[in-house]
Amino acid sequence: MESLMVVLVGVLVSVGTYLILSRNIIRIILGTAVLSHAVHLLILTVGGLKTGGVPVLGQKDGPFTDALPQALILTAIVISFATTALLLVLAYRVYKTNGTDDVSELRGMPDE
Amino acid sequence: MSTEFAIILCPFLVAALILIFHRRLSKNVIGWVVFFIPLSLFIILTTFIPRISSGETFSNTYEWIPSLNINFTTYIDGLSLIFSLLITGIGALVVFYSIFYLSKKESLHHFYCYLLLFMGAMLGVVFSDNLMVLYAFWELTSVSSFLLIAFWHHRKASRAGARKSMTITVSGGIAMLAGFLMIYTMSGTMSIREILANVDLISEHTLFIPSLVLVLLGAFTKSAQFPFHIWLPDAMEAPTPVSAYLHSATMVKAGIYLVARFTPIFGGEMIWFWAITGIGLITLFWGSFNAVRQTDLKAILAFSTVSQLGLIMSLLGIGSVALNFGYSTESIIYTQATFAAIFHLINHSTFKGALFMMVGIVDHEVGTRDIRRLGGLMSFMPVTFTIALIGSFSMAGLPPFNGFLSKEMFFTAVLRISTLDIFSLDSLGVLIPVVAWVASVFTFIYCLIIVGRTFTGKVKPDIKERELHEAPFGMLVSPLILVGLVILIFFFPNIVGNYLIKPAMASIYPAFPVDEMTPRIYAWHGFNPELWMTIGVVILGIILYKFLKYWSRIYNWIPQGLTLNRLYEGFFTKSEDISGNLTNRYMNGNLTNYFVYIYVIFVAIVAGYFITSDAFAWNLFSGSKIDHYELILVFVMMFCAIALITAKSRISAVLINGVLGYSVAFFFVSFRAPDLALTQLVVESVTTALFLICFKFLPEIKREHSTKRWKITKGAISIFVGATVTIVGLAVINYEKFASISTYFEDSYNLAGGKNIVNTILGDFRAFDTMLEVVVLFIAGLGIYALIKLKAVKGDKTIEKSE
Repeated sequence: MESLMVVLVGVLVSVGTYLILSRNIIRIILGTAVLSHAVHLLILTVGGLKTGGVPVLGQKDGPFTDALPQALILTAIVISFATTALLLVLAYRVYKTNGTDDVSELRGMPDE
Repeated sequence: MSTEFAIILCPFLVAALILIFHRRLSKNVIGWVVFFIPLSLFIILTTFIPRISSGETFSNTYEWIPSLNINFTTYIDGLSLIFSLLITGIGALVVFYSIFYLSKKESLHHFYCYLLLFMGAMLGVVFSDNLMVLYAFWELTSVSSFLLIAFWHHRKASRAGARKSMTITVSGGIAMLAGFLMIYTMSGTMSIREILANVDLISEHTLFIPSLVLVLLGAFTKSAQFPFHIWLPDAMEAPTPVSAYLHSATMVKAGIYLVARFTPIFGGEMIWFWAITGIGLITLFWGSFNAVRQTDLKAILAFSTVSQLGLIMSLLGIGSVALNFGYSTESIIYTQATFAAIFHLINHSTFKGALFMMVGIVDHEVGTRDIRRLGGLMSFMPVTFTIALIGSFSMAGLPPFNGFLSKEMFFTAVLRISTLDIFSLDSLGVLIPVVAWVASVFTFIYCLIIVGRTFTGKVKPDIKERELHEAPFGMLVSPLILVGLVILIFFFPNIVGNYLIKPAMASIYPAFPVDEMTPRIYAWHGFNPELWMTIGVVILGIILYKFLKYWSRIYNWIPQGLTLNRLYEGFFTKSEDISGNLTNRYMNGNLTNYFVYIYVIFVAIVAGYFITSDAFAWNLFSGSKIDHYELILVFVMMFCAIALITAKSRISAVLINGVLGYSVAFFFVSFRAPDLALTQLVVESVTTALFLICFKFLPEIKREHSTKRWKITKGAISIFVGATVTIVGLAVINYEKFASISTYFEDSYNLAGGKNIVNTILGDFRAFDTMLEVVVLFIAGLGIYALIKLKAVKGDKTIEKSE
């Protein structure tokens, strides 16, 4: 299962990278979102999958799955949400200011 | 705290206090407050003279970074005492002079703050025994010199001069640092005295010669030796008191100090001898030769300083020969060159300081320093004329001034060294006295120019005669004290010799008996070759001065494009152009390119490491077993991912992204992570909603018209990045070197009072992380608010235009 998940992560990272390399700003933001999905799955996978029960005491006696990656991912989900939201608003502002959503057109003056 | 620390710290402390309290200090008072510092330090230091001259040394250690062998060790011996007396003594006179020289409109608190900063740094250089501490103070002198040269920073020439001096001296300083580190590698200690004690250990080491050369680079750049001398004339843009203090009496002598300090370590080597003597003589000649062509009085003095520093340098080189022989009654004679070097160092500070102050007075009273516009000032400014006369004649080496004594000793040294037969001196040695004599002729000529063109002849018409008068008394005090010393030292040279130079000789030649190295200095030696040389200098100098306009065209023979200044400037404009072009080529403002760099470097380093270390040994089929619905989820996600790339409309792209997010949530459920699943569901819903809201304002995704080649490159980069992450992931799941730390958290009920382990980690064990996460969210929220609400600046129509 872990190997399969890692391969899935690899595919997601490839897609995320491909999107980030495009010129449209929305596709770039989508790329970062896909990339963060991939990373969350990766962290969970490298911690070991299904090694025990839900990490909540008092339900069943151990063993439990590793709680530490879950805590890390919980933080990461929230942060990546904040990033995505900020990027979206930034895209809105950039479009409003410059009239384009194409990053290659957003370059400064050529003589700068 | 010991006295030595107090002496070093005192200027820094007062500099800080001035910056804090300068608003409460009247501009009339601030100079006097500052004047008190070097004066009292000078008086404290003079109390060291009797004990130092009887052979004592003082040392104190304050542990700073003991783990790196860096201790703040102060060490006072004869050599550092002479320098510290010059720093504080000349410093006091210069501050006194500045009180009258600088207008009250200048930002005086900055000036005195920089000056004190320099004073403290310079005292630190001469009192430090630890190489790293010495280096730190050394660079601090360069920085304070930079600040002082650029004091009138509204002038372009000041800024250029400051930058030039900083560039050259700091690059030399970095070379010196490398040399110091090599010495540390060889000897294992940062203390100069401990290195001296173990000098046999390092003299056979392969790094010995490289470290010698690097240390000399530091000394030569600081002391403006050829070809690094070009910064000193440009540094004359500084206020004249600064030139008198930093650029003739103290900072430029730091290189001399360094050479003297390291002579017992490196002295006796052929390369040390030829580098110092050779470069010193070239500098001596080139400085005096170029001084003659200058038209600005300060420029003449700058080149003359360069030349005199070369003289002192070459004397130190000659003196180091004695160490090659070791102690014997014959070799002791060569140490007299070093004696002459220190003697001339003191003399130079007196007469050159007086001359700089004299130029400052002329500039202040007449309004120009250009000798083509000056002349005939003798009858208006008799005191200033006297100062100029004494200073110049001392520099030219005439009696009854101290320059005569050290110049005679210099001639003695060069004559003596030319008869030696080591270090290929039998073939080249004869050149040394010749160069020294020719340089002395030019020295004599520019001394005559300083006095003759400024004070004799007729007053030029564009200078109004009736406004000319003698300088205020306050400005004359300092140069008068200095020329007084010039005469006093001539009549009582042996007091200086016995009390100041003798202990310094003991620190340069620790293995030699100090009494035999201290000659008695006499003004009259009978008609010996040295005197004939001086007489020759005077006669030829007067003749050449009279016919200056006939032979001065030889200066035009030097091609303009080949002067060192042109090379220096050319080097900088060229390197700026090249680096500018290079940077513009890859930093072209296109975000996509930057992403490409990041990804390529990431793949190259990470995947490259895996390939070179052949780290592919892993078992693909270990781990938990695969459930059917998980397999379905995996394929759904892969399908969605590929569909995302080909999605034509933005709505479908966002929905597909939503599917991906919800699938991740399903995985979280299946992998026993209910908290994650819940959070992911909420966040994914909100994100999708956000995207949809944004689409109200953003245009539909356009079809990207990109070349086939770029598409293939893009695809290849993406696949490589994905593959690299896969490799890393596989490597990690097959890696079991360390035990998991997670079992610790399973005791969460006892440790933190919570049953949900994930929650206790976030809320108790790693509560700070969570708090900072909230801060990040907060900042992001602020940013979002600002981006939405903030209107463009009023009146700037270019920004809001496209709405």
